[in-house]
Amino acid sequence: MTKRFKTGYTIGIIILAIVVAMLLGAVILWAIGADVFKTYLVILTEPLKNKIGVTEVLLRMVPLMTIALGITVAYRSGIINIGAEGQMAIGILATTAVALGFPELPSFVLIPFAVLAGAVGGAAWGFIPGFLKAKLEVSELLSTVMLNYIAAQLYTFFLRGPMLDPAELTMGSGTPQSMRLTRNLDLTRFIKGTRIHTGLFIALALAVIIFFLLWKTSYGYKMRAAGASERAARYGGINVPKYLIIAMMISGAFAGIAGSIEIAGVHRRAIEGVTSGYGFSGIVVALFGGLHPAGIVPAAFFFGLLIYGADMTQRLVGVPANMVQVLQGIIILVIVSTKMILANPYLMQRVERRWYALFGKKESTKEVKA
Amino acid sequence: MQQLTKAIDSLRIEHITKRFPGVLACDDISLEIGKGEVLALVGENGAGKTTLMNILMGLYHPDEGKLFINEEEVHFRSPNDAFAYGIGMVHQQYMLVPNLTVMENIALGFKQAWKPWKLDLQMVRERIEEVARQYGLVVDPDAYIWQLSVGEQQRVELVKTLCLGARFLILDEPTSALTPQETDELIALLKHMAEELSIIFISHKLQEVKDLSHKVAILRHGRVVFQGDTIDHSSSDIAALMTGHEVVLPHNDAPACTLGPMLQLRNLKVRSDRGFLALDDLSLYVCKGEIVGLAGVSGNGQRELAEVINGLRKVESGQILFDGKDIANFSPAEVIKAGMGYVPEERNTEGIVPSFSMKENFILKDNQSETYSSHSFIKNKVVEEMANQLREQFDIRSPNIDVAAGSLSGGNIQKVILAREISRNPKFLVAVYPTRGLDMGAAEFIHKQLLKLRNEGVGILLISEELEEITNLSDQVAVIFKGKIQKVLPSSEASRRRLGILMAGVKDDEEI
Amino acid sequence: MNFVINILSLGIPFSVALLIASLGEMFNQRSGIFNLGCEGMMAMGAFLGMLVPYSIGQGANVPGIYNYLGLLLAIVVGALLGLFFGLVVVTFRAPQGIAGIGMQMFGVGTAGTLFRHFIGGTQSVPGISTAPIPGLANIPILGPLFFNHNPLVYVAFLLVPLAWYVLFKTPWGLRVRAVGTHPRAADSIGIQVNKVRLQALAVGGALAGLAGAYLSLCQAKMFSDEIIAGRGFIAVALVYFGQWHPVKIMGGALLFTLAQALQLAIQGLGIDFPYEFLVMLPYLLVIIVLAVSRKSKLMGPTALGKPFNREMRT
Repeated sequence: MTKRFKTGYTIGIIILAIVVAMLLGAVILWAIGADVFKTYLVILTEPLKNKIGVTEVLLRMVPLMTIALGITVAYRSGIINIGAEGQMAIGILATTAVALGFPELPSFVLIPFAVLAGAVGGAAWGFIPGFLKAKLEVSELLSTVMLNYIAAQLYTFFLRGPMLDPAELTMGSGTPQSMRLTRNLDLTRFIKGTRIHTGLFIALALAVIIFFLLWKTSYGYKMRAAGASERAARYGGINVPKYLIIAMMISGAFAGIAGSIEIAGVHRRAIEGVTSGYGFSGIVVALFGGLHPAGIVPAAFFFGLLIYGADMTQRLVGVPANMVQVLQGIIILVIVSTKMILANPYLMQRVERRWYALFGKKESTKEVKA
Repeated sequence: MQQLTKAIDSLRIEHITKRFPGVLACDDISLEIGKGEVLALVGENGAGKTTLMNILMGLYHPDEGKLFINEEEVHFRSPNDAFAYGIGMVHQQYMLVPNLTVMENIALGFKQAWKPWKLDLQMVRERIEEVARQYGLVVDPDAYIWQLSVGEQQRVELVKTLCLGARFLILDEPTSALTPQETDELIALLKHMAEELSIIFISHKLQEVKDLSHKVAILRHGRVVFQGDTIDHSSSDIAALMTGHEVVLPHNDAPACTLGPMLQLRNLKVRSDRGFLALDDLSLYVCKGEIVGLAGVSGNGQRELAEVINGLRKVESGQILFDGKDIANFSPAEVIKAGMGYVPEERNTEGIVPSFSMKENFILKDNQSETYSSHSFIKNKVVEEMANQLREQFDIRSPNIDVAAGSLSGGNIQKVILAREISRNPKFLVAVYPTRGLDMGAAEFIHKQLLKLRNEGVGILLISEELEEITNLSDQVAVIFKGKIQKVLPSSEASRRRLGILMAGVKDDEEI
Repeated sequence: MNFVINILSLGIPFSVALLIASLGEMFNQRSGIFNLGCEGMMAMGAFLGMLVPYSIGQGANVPGIYNYLGLLLAIVVGALLGLFFGLVVVTFRAPQGIAGIGMQMFGVGTAGTLFRHFIGGTQSVPGISTAPIPGLANIPILGPLFFNHNPLVYVAFLLVPLAWYVLFKTPWGLRVRAVGTHPRAADSIGIQVNKVRLQALAVGGALAGLAGAYLSLCQAKMFSDEIIAGRGFIAVALVYFGQWHPVKIMGGALLFTLAQALQLAIQGLGIDFPYEFLVMLPYLLVIIVLAVSRKSKLMGPTALGKPFNREMRT
């Protein structure tokens, strides 16, 4: 089947997913008596009305994109990473530790060092489920979810304990957060009056790197083969367990980097709630983006828009922000329901043939005999 | 005895057609069977026999055509409808749930035992005993299926269909997994059962066809090319009609093993997935420029042997000497690097990555080699050139090199695999059931390629179920039974009869 | 000694939500489907359970019937959600892992949205109180341990033998087991594989809804975004751990809640131990158990996770 058909098909699924999500979402909105049209209008357009809104969307796009890229590597290698939330948290802890430990280092040393620490932390947290799956056949679906909860507890522990802002102690308010980290860690906010920071460019660079890794290198080939057909890959001499673990580590590293960038660019200190929902939203972005960097970048923007827009709906139309989770869930369900067909070359061919028969273009494949 | 269904006096199939994606499985088929008759449905792999039977069983719906039972038209929407008329099928791969007992498996279909809040197993037990008495088929109702041998499981399948009231039996390749001894027993049993039931059985073993059937119908490429009474035709007549032309498979005449051994298996002990010894002190050697055919009933260790040579299974003890080096327990990548080629049993799941393009499948093993990559970056242009060249050289029928490999037909997929292996210039090739499910044209092509390799000095271990393929291609024929090599014969001495006896486990010293 | 009894009598009610959800998930998995969306179904159940009594009484005491209506609503909607999930993974044959996550997000998001709108804040309900069994509750030691709980606790533990009977002694249970192990064989003998799986999902969903309602009506007596706290996921893991057998699953549920009860008890004793590590314990336990448990699925559903397609040529 042609490449053109495949891309057209993918885009068709994505549009279908949005439409179904909005329809089903409308049911719930109706149940709570909200103005459906106005709600969607707010979500999709309100953030774009001014400079600050747009940059806030971009701000959310950065971690979404980074995490989704990592999830793509894992998914294409045959392992589903639901643990981005936990990996991000560990990444933040690592970054904070470095920033607290070496505040005097100049920016151009500290930032890479801290981000690297975040990557290593995330990679370590991703290594665990990868190893468990590769060597002990433990389903990554369960282990990553459990590790999310464990990481959340570790995070709280450090934020209430060793990393607690001394000022909080003396004031007695005990908000679990670290002190304001060294200014040497700050990623420059390059548009005055807004919070958007240079982390955006880091994320975009990562997208390019992932593209080359997966489709232009032999490592990427091996990972994709392992994910597409684990058995054939093994018979072909590919060390599937090794690449599973590597894929999970990369995936975790990216989530860790996302955490580092969030701290260095946005919050400038470790606080609670940084990871909120990014781990799961990252999955939706990855699927929505067709598991390809070219799709993930716009998908990340779209979901950044949805998430920021949903924050506004509580104020403007009285719709709780949880609504965005509902939409995301439905989108996932639609995409996986329809993508099933994509996995099977036979069925896709059938669909393609029927499409061309209906719309009368030339046929690209014929019934072939050996 | 309870009569659960009406007797079937006649069954007629009229103009049945069935299509699958890319394949016309049944093409305007018409057949007729009367009471107490045994019809043999004959044809090569892929001729449409199983599909036709699945339609008769209600598992598939025909795209065109009608079915008549006792001159009434019938429509089967599901196996339930077929059962109601008394049609029962014993599939080639047994339809038994492994972690349930024999009784529970039968109860699954025995709706009378389904009380609202209880499963009446006593009723099932009684019915099993009744059937056992009537037909002499003894099974243990409380045994779990996974505990039973292949032959015993087949007996359970027969009992099951009879318990459910079958008046018409369909048997799909009933003897494919049995030894010649068990085959004889089964044929005698079926003859006895034919006194009360009508039977269709699918086979490509002509001896059975002659022994058991009254009528024979031959399918080729989904069409009925011949129908008639078995008595009137000899085996060679039928064989000729099956294949459609004077079958001249490439024949191996050259002398062998003048160049020294390439692959030596010494006292191999290898465990199967279930834990028992699949290879039990197995020794065999294959020389450079020689084809050794491995004959044996499927399930005697062939799979494990192919896997262990290629590093996909652990060796418990013993050696595998490849060109002098012991490669036992090497990783698959290391074995590949040492120069081993492999055409695996399941081409769709082991030989290719179905969702990758044909082009990408060619570099499954070579993606990091110097030819196709530099500093781990894949040289796309070089790969494309090679892919186009191979496609032409091996006559792989596809629109282009970017088409998904899984969407190609079986024969073309096999060609892709073979092209990949051969283009790597292996020192040795393990080919497992290489022409299974392929038509004559594709099989011929593959055989020619194998002989060509052999003449270039490559050693080949050919594992196959087709005795004719083995005897035609091999220099030496080895027979495997229960994980050991029974005997190795030069192919000139390997007659069907002798091989059959050896495959059944009898150590012969002379021809009986 | 009192300390031990206290832990145990605390632990048993804590295990109920997990137990009920796991038994439901057992039916799912036995039929060949694993449902990570269990968490979302529990969240909906938690919200719906509370919705009825709250709407009537605004947090004040209400006649018991409304509580039970809340439970019923949770069960029915849970079953519907199970069927919805079935539409995706059985009818459309979507990959079960990711679909489960989608289902979870949908369920949790919907529950949260509806809760904030209809109830909001930190409202609580009196819920269902303990109902000591007369006579038996007075037996020393055993009394407070086993017979002094709210009615749902008794129901939950009675569900164990009931589930065992349904799975192993009824025709439906036989069909479920067949369909989850060798769907092709079941199909060839005339069993509608997909229909049986949908039925199992409905049962699983209903029980998940009930489990969630238990949490809001009987245990926490309120609702929050974090009320389920991963129990849905743990339930899925528990079924593996319990080798798809009701009694072993019950054992697993008790084991995990023991860890949780331990946390409260240790805090209650005033021992200075960072409580975050105690809270971690159950989740860590799940991972350890998954890592060491025997992977042999010989007696379990070997077709778990694979969609069934009759027209696929093998």
